[in-house]
Amino acid sequence: MLTIAEVEHVALLSRLDLSLEEKKLYGDQLSKILEYAKMLDELDTGDVPPTAHVLPLKNVYREDRVGEHLPLEKAMQNAPERDGNFFKVPRIV
Amino acid sequence: MDLFYMTAHELHAKLAAGEISARELCRAFLDRIVSVEDRLKAFITVTEEMALKQADEVDKRIAAGEELPPLAGIPIALKDNMCVEGIRTTCASKILFNFVPPYSATVVEKIKSAGMVIIGKTNMDEFAMGSSTENSGFQPTSNPWDTERVPGGSSGGSAVSVAAGETVLALGSDTGGSIRQPASLCGVVGMKPTYGAVSRYGLVAFASSLDQIGPFARDVDDCAQLLNIITGHDPLDSTSAPGEKTDYTAFLNSDIKGLKVGVPREYMGEGIDPGVRAVIEKALQVLSSLGADIEEATLPHSRYAIPVYYLIATAEASSNLARYDGVKYGLRDEEAQDIVDMYMKSRSRGFGTEVKRRIMLGTYALSAGYYDAYYLKALKARTLIKQDFDRAFDRFDVLVCPTSPGTAFRKGEKTDDPLQMYLSDITTISVNLAGIPGISVPAGFSGGLPVGMQIMGRPFAEGNLIRVAHAFEGSAGHRGKFPSLI
Repeated sequence: MLTIAEVEHVALLSRLDLSLEEKKLYGDQLSKILEYAKMLDELDTGDVPPTAHVLPLKNVYREDRVGEHLPLEKAMQNAPERDGNFFKVPRIV
Repeated sequence: MDLFYMTAHELHAKLAAGEISARELCRAFLDRIVSVEDRLKAFITVTEEMALKQADEVDKRIAAGEELPPLAGIPIALKDNMCVEGIRTTCASKILFNFVPPYSATVVEKIKSAGMVIIGKTNMDEFAMGSSTENSGFQPTSNPWDTERVPGGSSGGSAVSVAAGETVLALGSDTGGSIRQPASLCGVVGMKPTYGAVSRYGLVAFASSLDQIGPFARDVDDCAQLLNIITGHDPLDSTSAPGEKTDYTAFLNSDIKGLKVGVPREYMGEGIDPGVRAVIEKALQVLSSLGADIEEATLPHSRYAIPVYYLIATAEASSNLARYDGVKYGLRDEEAQDIVDMYMKSRSRGFGTEVKRRIMLGTYALSAGYYDAYYLKALKARTLIKQDFDRAFDRFDVLVCPTSPGTAFRKGEKTDDPLQMYLSDITTISVNLAGIPGISVPAGFSGGLPVGMQIMGRPFAEGNLIRVAHAFEGSAGHRGKFPSLI
């Protein structure tokens, strides 16, 4: 069972601000799901390599050439707040 | 027959013969949307202006005497997680409520070049996380066969738009069954191609090692035509598979004599609704009568697929969704005092319950002290699941099973218990974990609701799936039924 402190730690890592009600709900639901996932312990995976993706591709290379790119105005068009060509955000330190 | 229930190949013949213009066709579907949409809520955005403009361009090409490409002038709907330049793309999330992409996805460029008419952006579970389209941040979508029921998900809007005659074709995305399951529950054809067969450039990422774009269609012929357009290598997607393009229509109208069909016993037993099982057993008899050789198969690690999927998919999602921070686009909380406060408040306000739950689960599985026990363990178990399929395909050409363990469930029936909702994906998620192609094709009805049969194949054997699905469709004898929408 996840404690409230553990839920708060994961919420902080996730950058989520949860209400006490949400913390209790997610604590309870995540505990159940993780308990269910415990069935994986039945598997002996000592010699099994992990599969991160299924394609037989390694690194994909391309020529380092200047191509078409997104014009600045388009890249900025969804900015919640801007200052010239900068994305503006609240105080950092 | 009503125009809005015709297939793309039937409508193409009408356009080519000059019986109808692309504009008239487009208008007919826009009218259909107006008449049924209040009951279905399949769309987030209807792109009327753009659609009519694209239709007019097709009419100009017809007037100029050009030969009409197969899907030119045919309306298509796109799941609202595919970027279309200048058209709001929300992923059914409040966090992207105002996002207007500055570029288009590769699939969008491809369907535009084919002369297809984009009629709108469809509803979905927020960020494609769900199996019922009830997790949309805007509205739930209804199943046209019974509006008290869910259409499945997460591409519920795309499935409904095709099933209800609001469009001819649609694109969805499938991370754990999100094309095949709603196709099954709505009575249409839906395919998840092999991982890497269709470019993901411009598809908003959920779980990058599992996500794949694929078609929804009224029949297998239409599905093959749309597959022809969207597949192919794309240098803009580093996980796009290199290789020559295939003409999938070449696999239509071919026989399946001697084809080896395996039926995984794990997908026909406990947990499968008896009505669904009866429909699939009858479908297997049809395949057998067409000369296929049917035998029991086994995928021994099937029961581990659900925990493996929900650890890997959420881990990848927690990383992918870190980008929604209120800095460059999307919702920003204006009250925040400093930047971390802004991240936390923007994300908490913008994401819905299921998305937060999955970010939390994925973050936990990746966090210090739990990575080996959960995430790495799941990656290793994924190898075992993939090996099950490799072994099965040594013996069989295709595997067949129910697409979903049940028919469309009632709205609200599974929303309180996320684990129950996750369990409804048992027959589809392994296909994503193994990266292989799967198609859901209508197989009949149980209790008045559609049942889909899933056909799975070796990597890049989409042609074989089209071949089997088309042969089955031509002999199954349940076609020609449409939702009454009274």
